[in-house]
Amino acid sequence: MNNIMIPLNEMPVGSLGKVKKLISNGSIRRRMLDLGLIIDTIVEVLRTSPSGDPTAYQIRGAVIAFRSEEASQIFVESILPE
Amino acid sequence: MNISTWIKALKDTSTIKINSSDDLIIALAGNPNTGKSTVFNSLTGLKQHTGNWPGKTVTTALGEYTHKDKTFSLVDLPGTYSLLSNSVEEEIARDFICFSQPVATVVVTDAICLERNLNLALQIMEITDKVVICVNLMDEAKRKKIQINLKELSEILGIPVVGTNARDGEGLNELKDAIYQVATGEMNINPFKLSYNALENTIAQVEPIINEILDGRINGRWVALRLLDSDESILNSLNSYMEADLWQNYKLRKVITETKELLNPNEIRDIIVSSIIQSAESIGSKVVTFENKEYNQLDRTLDNILTSKTFGIPIMLALLGVVFWLTIEGANYPSQLLFTGLFWVEERITDFFIWAGLPEWLHGILVLGAYRTLAWVVSVMLPPMAIFFPLFTLLEDLGYLPRVAFNLDNFFKKACAHGKQALTMCMALGCNAAGVIACRIIDSPRERLIAIITNNFTPCNGRFPTLIALTTIFISSSLDRFQSIINVLTILGTITLSVIITLIVSRILSKTILKGLPSSFTLELPPYRKPHVGRILIRSFLDRTFFVLTRAIIVAAPAGFLVWIMSNIIVGDMSLLHHSARLLQPLAHLIGLDGYILMAFILGFPANEIVIPIIIMSYLSEGAILELHSLRALRDLLIANGWTWLTALCTMLFSLNHFPCGTTLLTIKNETQSRKWTLISFLVPTITGFIICFITAQSVRIINHLASSNFL
Repeated sequence: MNNIMIPLNEMPVGSLGKVKKLISNGSIRRRMLDLGLIIDTIVEVLRTSPSGDPTAYQIRGAVIAFRSEEASQIFVESILPE
Repeated sequence: MNISTWIKALKDTSTIKINSSDDLIIALAGNPNTGKSTVFNSLTGLKQHTGNWPGKTVTTALGEYTHKDKTFSLVDLPGTYSLLSNSVEEEIARDFICFSQPVATVVVTDAICLERNLNLALQIMEITDKVVICVNLMDEAKRKKIQINLKELSEILGIPVVGTNARDGEGLNELKDAIYQVATGEMNINPFKLSYNALENTIAQVEPIINEILDGRINGRWVALRLLDSDESILNSLNSYMEADLWQNYKLRKVITETKELLNPNEIRDIIVSSIIQSAESIGSKVVTFENKEYNQLDRTLDNILTSKTFGIPIMLALLGVVFWLTIEGANYPSQLLFTGLFWVEERITDFFIWAGLPEWLHGILVLGAYRTLAWVVSVMLPPMAIFFPLFTLLEDLGYLPRVAFNLDNFFKKACAHGKQALTMCMALGCNAAGVIACRIIDSPRERLIAIITNNFTPCNGRFPTLIALTTIFISSSLDRFQSIINVLTILGTITLSVIITLIVSRILSKTILKGLPSSFTLELPPYRKPHVGRILIRSFLDRTFFVLTRAIIVAAPAGFLVWIMSNIIVGDMSLLHHSARLLQPLAHLIGLDGYILMAFILGFPANEIVIPIIIMSYLSEGAILELHSLRALRDLLIANGWTWLTALCTMLFSLNHFPCGTTLLTIKNETQSRKWTLISFLVPTITGFIICFITAQSVRIINHLASSNFL
């Protein structure tokens, strides 16, 4: 296990990450928290759109797509599948 | 339009008028896409359309129902995930629950992702004790082998919890009972309360002050939390609804400010949200059992195919192609049948006029004018619409449309627009007015305006039949075997072209009058749902048929009436119709049309469906052909009036790019609350149409000219 935080948009499809930090502020931050992206939430990278962006993530049972701009503001720690 | 007028617009539409003061007001809240509108419909018997994509209801709807001895007014609040993000919808929902003080608030939740839905439920329980949880879509959960212990959930939360399948009407009586008991105070409720460790101390100091100022009318603990969370909108709302200015109180201001100096706003926010989400998580883990850990495997597999890198976009085009193929093929026969039937009726009416000795002009106006146009609209427009709409509704209910937005978002991002614009364009395929209303799902005002202004580039249901008829006549009629395939490809090409034009114009708008960077983008891809095929097909078929028939009577018949009069009033040596067409001729010729076609588009302003019938009426009144019973006869009529394939192409292009119909413009006026943006929405597609048709017509003419001078 490594403890390096990387932005969510750099995580490969199929990988799992644990949310460690949100660097966004204001309304975007509120929106992300409302989606359940609090510390230690596990996010799975599901797939990238055929047009290259956005990417879909599994967050607390829901599938949510972020553009790379939004995903780059979410820092995660890479974890291994159970 | 700026943000504040937009908010005002949304708020105005949500002003609730309760019929009778004796009615008990019930609020219906819930996450988007939980079947909240279905619950609302089943309780009140009203019919709002619900599709499987988040954010359908943005304004509130109001309905009534009676249970036992009481009448309840049910208010359908906008679907929201939370009440903390300060979007317009959230403020509407929050203010209603907080200040209208409904006797009960029903929170509709989705059984498949209950934990996530509890987030909103817990927040609402902080404002009011009188909450009933409705766990909807229990059948979907059962199919996915997700077990929910409703009894335990009710015990933990301390409020009634009812499981429902609103689509089948299951559980609604129990829901009504629970609402009744909570509303009348029959049931003792003892709601679960969240705790916020690091903030509790401050809350304890502030809560009594707030309770004193507000006289206990609003939950003081909740208001204290909002103040800590720097939620200024709640202060404004308190000011406007209760005329209470909390900030005037020195002690309160001091305590709050001190806490905020200790913890920064992001930290406070994190404490609040984390506490809510962790509670939801822990409750969820107690009451929800996933018997099958791979419960969402089917959704994943479907997404792997439908949003695949290689096949995602081809499949999307193919699906659209199949829908159009079924529409075109399926419409053929009923169209012919309606033609024959309605013109048989016309002959009978004519017989009657002769028998009754009624004057010829009356026959002209009523039969040749009004009735014939109506017959045309019904026989040419009704079958394709009545087939396309139900098929499209099926895709919508399945949950496919958000995938379209997902597949295409990057193109919209490059146009500095919002991916959800793709959803609004999908809706526009049905009706542009519906498409414009759907633009409410886009949060950012700038991107929302772009979507509204460019919505008309997507051809609506009223324009397909025109496109299909012209394609059949001028492009594919010489090909017997591949006719329907060529038709489908032409329509697909037309739609692709309309998407490209939309993207280009969106980008131009973003670089000129609507400057700005793309705002934040989140898109939910909801679980696929098994649609109730039979019910949807029948329902949407009947709705469409009714819609087309009503429009035919309200719009097409009067238009036919008017055109007949115009073609029979002779001024000087020509009819009024001929005069107008001649006046328009020079301009029309420049863009590859003729005066009659351009006039038909102008007269067709109330509804796009009547453009072709007006063209036909105009030509017929010139006496080229007197009877018209089929598309073949139409072809002869058009060719006799000088149409070439270029005329047909330019007519199709102009049909795709011209001013929105009357209904759509009115909707735009309502949605933007601005004459300026309505005018711009009128001008942008019209100017685009003139430019595209001009370039097309002139290039073809130059090429033809060069070719003939070289080879002759």
